[in-house]
Amino acid sequence: VFKRFVEIGRVAFISFGPHAGKLVAIVDVIDQNRALVDGPCSGVRRQAMPFKCMQLTDFVLKFPHSARQKCVRRAWEKENINEKWSATRWAKKIEAREKKAKMTDFDRYKVMKAKKMRNRIIKHEMKKLQRMASKKGKKPGKPEKAAKGKKPEKAPKAKKPEKAPAPKAQKAQK
Amino acid sequence: MAGEKAPEKKPAEKKPAKKKAGEKKPAEQKPSQKAAGDKKKRVKKYHASRNPVLARGIGRYSRSAMYARKALYKRKYTAPETKIEKKKKEMPRATITKPVGGDKNGGSRVVKIRKMPRYYPTEDVPRKLLSHGKKPFCEHKRRLRGSITPGTVLILLTGRHRGKRVVFLKQLDTGLLLVTGPLAVNRVPLRRAHQKFVIATSTKVDLTGVKIPKHLTDSYFKKKRLRKPKHQEGEIFDTEKEKYELTEQRKADQKAVDSQILARIKKVPQLRGYLRSTFSLSNGVYPHKLVF
Repeated sequence: VFKRFVEIGRVAFISFGPHAGKLVAIVDVIDQNRALVDGPCSGVRRQAMPFKCMQLTDFVLKFPHSARQKCVRRAWEKENINEKWSATRWAKKIEAREKKAKMTDFDRYKVMKAKKMRNRIIKHEMKKLQRMASKKGKKPGKPEKAAKGKKPEKAPKAKKPEKAPAPKAQKAQK
Repeated sequence: MAGEKAPEKKPAEKKPAKKKAGEKKPAEQKPSQKAAGDKKKRVKKYHASRNPVLARGIGRYSRSAMYARKALYKRKYTAPETKIEKKKKEMPRATITKPVGGDKNGGSRVVKIRKMPRYYPTEDVPRKLLSHGKKPFCEHKRRLRGSITPGTVLILLTGRHRGKRVVFLKQLDTGLLLVTGPLAVNRVPLRRAHQKFVIATSTKVDLTGVKIPKHLTDSYFKKKRLRKPKHQEGEIFDTEKEKYELTEQRKADQKAVDSQILARIKKVPQLRGYLRSTFSLSNGVYPHKLVF
């Protein structure tokens, strides 16, 4: 049922508070509600932090309990947590959300145009396949549809100018 | 500092003065020219206060003592007379002789130019108390939001062009913003817009080197009202110019400005389409959360 546990070395994401948005490693448990936490590579000083503001990630580091910051840093850099974190979908979603909030009016227009173009191409292909399917009969048409549906999605991505892939990437992750 | 200034000016004064005199006798000339030069230029040297301060607001010497100390008995100035004489000569004409028609009338009358008032009110208007800081509209301070700079794309919120995205050109004297579609892009001509009823986006068109004609002022854009009532009560409402007529000058000005701007708009990809589109809100879109 539970896959991520609070343990020494568990990397957690801070969801609210002064250090919102940063990653920390749990160094020790103080009592039922608080943990001693340290984020040497993310700019969080060693401190007590309530569990409520922490969200557990999939990463666990190896260091003994109450290890000093140097050890935590060493383990963190060895595991390359920062890079692994930015590769996760979680981090990407956060980044996409931030980008979306920062969009200016012009950016929103460009995204709208890009989406429209993309949807048009997809619809066009779909219609084609539907027509073919209705012509040939339903059985031979079905497996072809599933294979061909993926292709048009990749073609428009390659065509668009610089800005569009960024807003489109956001859109894809929504 | 004052002491240094005087000798600096003297050598400067000497040279032109010398050239003017024609280099007569340099040895003799020097002291006299120096004196002349001094008298001309020393007016600017002010003496420090001759009345030492005993306590704040209280000086050592009385008025009469100061009079003597400052040698004011020597310094009595009268206004240059020539001006008074001039003014006496230049008094404006008080009367004028006008011809008068009719027989046996003497042909002309001497008439006063500035006549006595024909009416004095029974009660004088009470003198108004002094007020400060109440300026007429023409002297008001015009402000412009920091986010609005020449070339900014604005979203008009009111008027017949509401929702349209438009390029800002400059702020006029009354504080209104001069704005253009450009016309070819979204049918908004050179027009005035009010700062308060406009959203400034962060998109900017580079307008360096764009020259806006100087005659585009508020009076150029002001609505013209025909005011010639001929006391015909039936038709007063029709004679007002309700229909706006497009003049050739407007067309020429529009062309002159737009040609420069359109070239710059075309350089930015998708900007033309952006200016053609209109702004609207839909479900889930909240203006306070949008970054413009």
